[in-house]
Amino acid sequence: MTKVVAVTGNEAVANAFRQIEPDVCAAYPITPQTELMQRFAAFVSNGQVKTEMILVESEHSAMSACVGAAAAGGRVATATSSQGLALMWEILFIASGLRLPIVMPVVNRALSAPINIHCDHSDAMGARDSGWIQLWSENAQEAYDNTIQAFRIAEHMDIRLPVMVCYDGFIISHSIERIEYLDDELVKKFVGEYKPLYPLLDIEHPKSYGPLILTDLYHEVRKSHSEVYKKVPKVVLEVAKDFKKISGRTYGLFESYRLDDAEIGIVILNSAAGTTKDVVDEYREKGVKVGLLKPRLFRPFPYEEIGKELSHLKAVCVLDRADAFGGSFGPLYLDVAASLCNLKEKPILINRIYGLGGRDYMPEHAQQVIEELQKIAKTGKVKILKEYIGVRE
Amino acid sequence: MATPLNLKELSNKELRFTSGHRLCPGCAAPIVVKMILLAACDWPVVVASSTGCLEVSSCISTYTAWKVPWIHNAFENAAATLSGVETMYRALKKQGKIDKDIKFIAISGDGGTYDIGFQSLSGAMERWHDMLYVCYDNEAYMNTGIQRSGATPIYANTTTCPAGSVIPGKPQQRKDLTKIMAAHGIPYVAQASPSHWADLMKKVRKALEIEGPKFINVFTPCNRGWRTKTDDAILLSRLAVETCFWPLYEVENGVTRITFKPREKKPIIDFLKLQGRFKHLFEPGKEKLLEQIQQTIDANWEKLLKESSPEENKE
Repeated sequence: MTKVVAVTGNEAVANAFRQIEPDVCAAYPITPQTELMQRFAAFVSNGQVKTEMILVESEHSAMSACVGAAAAGGRVATATSSQGLALMWEILFIASGLRLPIVMPVVNRALSAPINIHCDHSDAMGARDSGWIQLWSENAQEAYDNTIQAFRIAEHMDIRLPVMVCYDGFIISHSIERIEYLDDELVKKFVGEYKPLYPLLDIEHPKSYGPLILTDLYHEVRKSHSEVYKKVPKVVLEVAKDFKKISGRTYGLFESYRLDDAEIGIVILNSAAGTTKDVVDEYREKGVKVGLLKPRLFRPFPYEEIGKELSHLKAVCVLDRADAFGGSFGPLYLDVAASLCNLKEKPILINRIYGLGGRDYMPEHAQQVIEELQKIAKTGKVKILKEYIGVRE
Repeated sequence: MATPLNLKELSNKELRFTSGHRLCPGCAAPIVVKMILLAACDWPVVVASSTGCLEVSSCISTYTAWKVPWIHNAFENAAATLSGVETMYRALKKQGKIDKDIKFIAISGDGGTYDIGFQSLSGAMERWHDMLYVCYDNEAYMNTGIQRSGATPIYANTTTCPAGSVIPGKPQQRKDLTKIMAAHGIPYVAQASPSHWADLMKKVRKALEIEGPKFINVFTPCNRGWRTKTDDAILLSRLAVETCFWPLYEVENGVTRITFKPREKKPIIDFLKLQGRFKHLFEPGKEKLLEQIQQTIDANWEKLLKESSPEENKE
């Protein structure tokens, strides 16, 4: 049933798209996403999928077309990176506000200026309050698996929200890894037939999409919208349970790595978590009680669950691959801090910014952080709350 | 060929844009919309609108004036949005999930068409989506309070280019969007006016029967923005045609045809003098500006006559 292949992250996600066959895909080139839609376009050109592509003139139009296509009443996907996501920003809120289950891989890349095509998380972090569900992926396998699960989550009748699947530009998108493909039919069955909700193309029952709602009801509409997000974690876990049945692979709201008896911990997203796990193992062998937490569902952020998972630790470093300029902390740090702030028992928190614009995150960076956390746990004292690591002096 | 229009028959058709909308009294936009949807009465249609007067006034909270499926996304993307709807229609039709023959119409103002939505429109036309894009051109950003747009004519007074003691209103000529759209090489482009209702509706029907991208620019007076009487929308649109300020023509597969030639071309001041936005041009010492406007209109009209196919033109 399972096929083991050596492919890039983009190729794996393009293959997930081929297996799912969205009715409509919009695409606009941007590095490092381009390869994904190029590969998918070849499936379309060779008649391997039923998908209709819209090769738009900008990402703004890509997302606008996705909104139209999803409202029309079918399965819709697109993909982007960096500036492309920034250009879509206005329409991201409309896609979520109209409850349209669009799936969009975001191949994480730094934002300009200066222009840089390599990985960091400032693109997706800039869109974290746009009402999209965000699933983050450590490697090509997770990017593939998350893409398949994203359609089920987005299209769930309790949810009907758009989903971003984030994975690291170049590090994952362009590196060849061993991954396991599921059987085509298994994926199709897992994702299921698309169930339209209030389709625009239902001519006999005309619907108006995108009304004006002013001071009388806007507040209430937004309140009811916010309630939907409370249902997301349960659905994510249900879908993960079903996915395990067909793949044998386990997914949760986050991955907890050697945290149970840990005293210090690192919170980190995506590919750098892999490097960090190796270093955690190294320190565990030396008898250091260190663990790691890798969020998967970043939006909506599972505050309660993550707070509970980290509360017993003495010191935690949140590693952010994006800065929040203006004196604030990194975006992941802010959410981890919020998940802990009202707990009686909680660790000392520090924030380190790493890997911007594709700067390599090396094992020594994780070592440096673990060494520092050990000191903090021992003394209870923090020298610097937030700083950049891996900076060339 | 488009089925002939019969006023008596049309008067019995259901209006698919209902009363109760909140557009201003005397606004020409709902007249234009009703004409478009009436002309399209033979087909099921899906309409997309960009943000603007028509949009904010036609679907508020739980009320809608649209009896056809309608979508509003944002200001600059009616064409891209509708291209998504149309693509999904093709996808589902190919799969046998839809069997109806549905037509797709975008209706947007000049701000959402000439300016902020121009890229989205140009892209959708180039991609050859089967849709009709109608611009209801009221020559400024009326919804936000009469700011100049790429469609605002020269020397018009707007709130962002007010006629002052130094600058006499908008200093630039408007963009000739109809010709720009014709330059896309799409199968059908036309200019229409609600004063010539049969011409407008014929153009809509003709456009809907052609496969591929179509564009119609419709002159749409705005009494609030133009500082005119509330019952002058049709009079003003007629004068715009009769002065050749807004010639009625179509470009079908590259061939230009003037669909209405005024027997006697009226002087532009007949059109300008009724409008508060041009009031400053009638002050002493501004005669040259009026002359300049007349000269530009004459030159453009001559150019259009030359471009149009002589055997196709009717008197």
